[in-house]
Amino acid sequence: MPITVNDTQYDLPDDPRVSLLDFLRHEIGLTGTKKGCDHGQCGACTVLVDGMRINSCLSLAVMHDGDTVQTIEGLGTETDPSPLQKAFLEHDGYQCGYCTPGQICSATAMLNEFANNWPSDASDDLEAAIDMSDEEIRERMSGNLCRCGAYVNIVAAIKAAAKEMAA
Amino acid sequence: MRPFDYQRAERLEHASQLTMPESGMSIAGGTNLIDLMKLQVETPETLVDISRLPMAQIEDTDEGGLRIGALATNTATAVHPRVKADYPVLSRAILAGATQQLRNKATTGGNLCQRTRCYYFTDTTQPCNKREPGSGCGAIDGIARLHAILGTSNQCIATYPGDMAVAMAALNATVEIAGEGDTSRSVSVRDFHRLPGDEPWRDNVLKDGEIITGVTLPKPIGGTQIYRKVRERSSYAFALVSIAAIVDMEDGRISRADLAFGGVAHKPWHDPRLSDHLVGSEPSAALFDKAADILLDTAQGYGENDFKIPLARRTLSAVLAQATGTEI
Ligand SMILES: Cc1cc2nc3c(=O)[nH]c(=O)nc-3n(C[C@H](O)[C@H](O)[C@H](O)COP(=O)(O)OP(=O)(O)OC[C@H]3O[C@@H](n4cnc5c(N)ncnc54)[C@H](O)[C@@H]3O)c2cc1C
Ligand code: SF4
Ligand code: FES
Ligand code: FES
Repeated sequence: MPITVNDTQYDLPDDPRVSLLDFLRHEIGLTGTKKGCDHGQCGACTVLVDGMRINSCLSLAVMHDGDTVQTIEGLGTETDPSPLQKAFLEHDGYQCGYCTPGQICSATAMLNEFANNWPSDASDDLEAAIDMSDEEIRERMSGNLCRCGAYVNIVAAIKAAAKEMAA
Repeated sequence: MRPFDYQRAERLEHASQLTMPESGMSIAGGTNLIDLMKLQVETPETLVDISRLPMAQIEDTDEGGLRIGALATNTATAVHPRVKADYPVLSRAILAGATQQLRNKATTGGNLCQRTRCYYFTDTTQPCNKREPGSGCGAIDGIARLHAILGTSNQCIATYPGDMAVAMAALNATVEIAGEGDTSRSVSVRDFHRLPGDEPWRDNVLKDGEIITGVTLPKPIGGTQIYRKVRERSSYAFALVSIAAIVDMEDGRISRADLAFGGVAHKPWHDPRLSDHLVGSEPSAALFDKAADILLDTAQGYGENDFKIPLARRTLSAVLAQATGTEI
């Protein structure tokens, strides 16, 4: 079975060593997803697989037949950006921009996790409704490192986008 | 990464057959194995994809407990309504580990079997008895910071890095294992991981061809449940010391104290002497301190990690004080 990436179907690579990240970047030319560490430590390679955020560097492309993948290219366009993409622009949620696709994919999934009321390590109560505090956002985004240290603006952008989406 | 033959297991017996030779390894979420294959620390000739086997369910057991399938993701387990309500120490331990991206991929079986490791193990230019039997231990003669203080051997002093299994050890959960043909066996989580001894390359008791099918939690035992993870930054770091605690009180005395420790040994550490010492007594700073004496009576530091001995003592006191509402 093929893999679906941003609504287009592709055949999987013959070499089973190809990571999902290298498949996206080198085999189908979607270079929006970035390679930082290639070892699951930085989050630059974050994509959504069947709606869940994962590190595409620690996954083999051949294991994803039949899966639906969304990358930064699938979230919005220059003329029609997603609320998070717009908010990152408005709040300067980046400097060099290298970590940004991963940050935005990660935050996109994180907003759904909030909507599902999934707790995090920062939640006082595992079962109560969770407030989207700065502390919660920071903990939930801890898998996305930013070498430029744009963290404060990233949190601001996420809060603004969440507000806009709720309105 | 070395070339390998990729096979998808269609049935459990198939997976068992394919992983029977030493050169065959199963892969579930891939977050530990792919990392190690990129470093050429793991070099399987056959990679057996078990991720599509029907083992992701989380379901009630007839005994009132909960069975977590080997392929249930760490996220699915941590947010499961019954885990949050009846086994909060398990939700807490999982949420204290790794990141959301990794927990979304990590599975029960893969988390249990993630390699007990250290930074010499992952650096193929360094000696390591675990990676290359007989080559020596880089850490014993080098920098040992995250390393073990309990149950070490002169061959290996690495720590088991997982959080989930520490909570499962406190909960006295059972690992269910399928083997060759139709055989199956179960092992307490407390006995699943090994101490390094003379065979540091064996992290756990799984034999070639054995596949974990699930973990069963006993029926809920209530109590105050705490997972305290002390690490070098407040998120996204391995434990220096962690404690999973299930503590209950009756008439001012401790009536239950099930404790397990992470970051201190080659396996989640469980010492039955602690519950013998604590149960039946009134909580006090002196009682907690004596518990730490018992826990640490054989503890040994290796220089850089000497700090873990007082850290384990203080963390134990803090957790017991919190669990029993005692001022210390
Ligand atoms: C950057 C980073 C930070 C991390 N931080 C933490 C942390 O703080 N706390 C923590 O607990 N963990 C942490 N981890 C480890 C992570 O939790 C594990 O990588 C993950 O749980 C492994 O699960 P998996 O399904 O991806 O395993 P895989 O990588 O697929 O497999 C790991 C091993 O288990 C074996 N295996 C898998 N399933 C089975 C089965 N059913 N039966 C028998 N053998 C099986 C495989 O053969 C392999 O040897 C971190 C990992 C990374 C990369
Ligand atoms: S502590 Fe164990 S894993 Fe680390 S170098 Fe020594 S033998 Fe290898
Ligand atoms: S490139 Fe995947 S986490 Fe860094
Ligand atoms: S903006 Fe440069 S790494 Fe984040």
